[in-house]
Amino acid sequence: MKKSILSFVAVLLVIVLLCCTAIFGLTVGPVHIPNVLDEENGIRRGLDLVGGSSITFEAQLPDGYNTSNLQSDMNSVQAMMTKRLDSLGYTEATVELVGDNRIKVDIPAISDPQEAVEVLGATAQLQFLNADGEEILSGADIKSASAGYGKIDQTSVADEHYVNVEFTDEAAEKWTEATKLAAQAEDGENYIKIVMDDQTLSSPSVSSEYAETGITGGGCVISGSFDADSAKTLAEQINIGQLPFTLEEVSMSAVGPSLGERALSTSLMAGGIGILLVMVFMIVMYRVPGVVASIALMFYTALDAVILTVAHVNLSLPGIAGIILSIGMAVDANVIIFERIKDELRNGKTVRSAIDSGFSRAWTAIIDSNITTIIAAIVLYFFGSGTVVGFALTFGIGVVLSMFTAVTVTRFLLKRIVDFKIRNPKLYGA
Amino acid sequence: MEKKRFSIVKKFPIFAIISLILIAPGLVGLVTLPFGLNLFNMDVDFVGGTSLTFNLHTEVTSDMSGKDIPKLVEDACGVAPSTVQKTGENDESVLIKCTKLDNEQQSAIVEAMQETYNLEDKDTENVSDVNATIGREAQNKAVTAAVIAVILMLLYITIRFEFTSGLAAVTCLAHDLLVILSAYIVLQIPFNTSFIAVALTILGYSINASIIVFDRVRENRRFARRESFDEIVDTSVWQTVRRTLFTSITTLLTIGMIFIFGVTSLRQFTLPIIVGIVAGGYSSIFLAGSLWAKYRSLIRKNRQAKASAKLGSKDSGKPKKEEPKAAPEASVEEPKQPAPAQQPLPRKNNSKKNKRKKKKR
Repeated sequence: MKKSILSFVAVLLVIVLLCCTAIFGLTVGPVHIPNVLDEENGIRRGLDLVGGSSITFEAQLPDGYNTSNLQSDMNSVQAMMTKRLDSLGYTEATVELVGDNRIKVDIPAISDPQEAVEVLGATAQLQFLNADGEEILSGADIKSASAGYGKIDQTSVADEHYVNVEFTDEAAEKWTEATKLAAQAEDGENYIKIVMDDQTLSSPSVSSEYAETGITGGGCVISGSFDADSAKTLAEQINIGQLPFTLEEVSMSAVGPSLGERALSTSLMAGGIGILLVMVFMIVMYRVPGVVASIALMFYTALDAVILTVAHVNLSLPGIAGIILSIGMAVDANVIIFERIKDELRNGKTVRSAIDSGFSRAWTAIIDSNITTIIAAIVLYFFGSGTVVGFALTFGIGVVLSMFTAVTVTRFLLKRIVDFKIRNPKLYGA
Repeated sequence: MEKKRFSIVKKFPIFAIISLILIAPGLVGLVTLPFGLNLFNMDVDFVGGTSLTFNLHTEVTSDMSGKDIPKLVEDACGVAPSTVQKTGENDESVLIKCTKLDNEQQSAIVEAMQETYNLEDKDTENVSDVNATIGREAQNKAVTAAVIAVILMLLYITIRFEFTSGLAAVTCLAHDLLVILSAYIVLQIPFNTSFIAVALTILGYSINASIIVFDRVRENRRFARRESFDEIVDTSVWQTVRRTLFTSITTLLTIGMIFIFGVTSLRQFTLPIIVGIVAGGYSSIFLAGSLWAKYRSLIRKNRQAKASAKLGSKDSGKPKKEEPKAAPEASVEEPKQPAPAQQPLPRKNNSKKNKRKKKKR
């Protein structure tokens, strides 16, 4: 009995703690869990919730374009746009490839899509500058750039990540000349700056061994403190400077904040009222088990909120639908179980054994119905795109969590309550 | 209480007719769509169109965006706008979306707006054509994903139950989705990309609801002795009816609150979901079990017919001709047989299930 009270209270405390975490956030040592409404670190709000612009660009492929390069070229465009938006402070923007030759950019907060198009501009301006800021080469002089990993030359000891750049034939000479000059310069001045849109991507120094000859062979290797990602990014950025196609906007739309501003606060309020009503309903219909189901629902809601926050999900309208549906369905398992318990009580079983067999007999229904739903969520997550993925994520997480809370938490608490000698079948809805 | 309960399987024709009436608008709308007849209130992001933005230099009230401007636009170009919403930093701009307008219509709107709200040329912030192909691509991907999901769910149900039950669950799903489409047409809810979310929601909900019924059928079959499959289905549906109702109610409580308190676009989004959940509850009670029984007996009849055709292959083609006729007739007749079977119920009191039933009474 004492033990039961202790563990009952402990579970309640965990639930309260979880609710507080969801509402206020929690910091334990290096781990920080932001609160639900923390937009910067927590749940990101999709374009349809905050308003903004959505622009879709289409690659205009010239005649004779080698379509086998399309994939990698489009990836380069994506990298460039992400980089540019980041540097302009639109870190919430998303850049997404659509189909083979389209790219969709969603920028929250810019309500005029025309302005957003200007921000994104055409293709990037890439330059190689010397220490004095004079242009040596521009994007047009580059044949290709690629990321690599290995020993750069015979003298290297360790493998490292590097970026390999190849120039056109005319540019090779200019490059040799410029690197010769750079190599002759003093330390601190012996570098070449790679600049895109007035932003320095990299400023590698030229080793003094090239003071006589310059770097020959129509190419160069940029090495230094790269890791696999940063080498790849730089290669992609350099590649954009010589994209073989132009981008044209095929669709622009502004999403007004009419949905945005009030949508989230009203949804939260409506969701809160909805949950309260569900609790009242459960308590009226099932009494003691209903109270327990309400506690489990609270636990579920808080847990779901915390997990969605930590997962940093991008929440849009379908995502909200997923959450609401999963809340509504969260008590489903409890309804199934409690109906069974009622049946068992009518059969004259004691409360304790009715609870046991209620849970075990409801199990197949719960598992089969939830697994089919989880199958749907997984498929939609991997095969869907955009908002469908958001729905699948929130809905899938919700279903898995609710199965856990509705079965384990409810069972645990119900059994403790029976331990408290609250065993009148009437209190269990019989 | 038990006595008043009618046989859902026997009354199946009635529910089938009700369902046919419910899905008729949706079905017609879907079938006529490729022939150029559009019964849906298509939103711009689905079909493409024109979007115009004006800076009014004064806060756009809901009267303006809800009444005045739509009327103005319709008067000017003859087409009612599909969306009018306030936008911009201080809600001083208004965004109007219409189905595709030609240049003349566009300038008519611009002129009318300038006149009514004393705007200068620079206040027309944006006039642009919105391409719909993007919506379609996302749509196709969503449909592909949904089809794969349905196939996998069918597979799972077939493994855990049997193929005919999976088929029944998917039929119910199709029914629920068609009812939603009917709602879109009858209530003229703007049909936009949020339909994808609505359809997905119901996809999850509908199959789930059917399975609960099937689970009870599966369990009752284990204890069943003399009851026919139809009887078992009836018992099982009535045993799970409270669960189906309650879960529909709890789901409706949350989603209904969003409908009541939500902003307009959320209402347009939750209304079809509400319709879908009601339809899902209805179909899992009145259709799912019965359909399973029907499909089952159809397949059995088919097998029997094939078997007897093999046996009596010398009897010329006569029985074969009657085969297609015989199947539907038999399936309607079959439920009649169990009618007297209500009699033997008391005899089976020794079985566990019937003890329970007796107590209920």
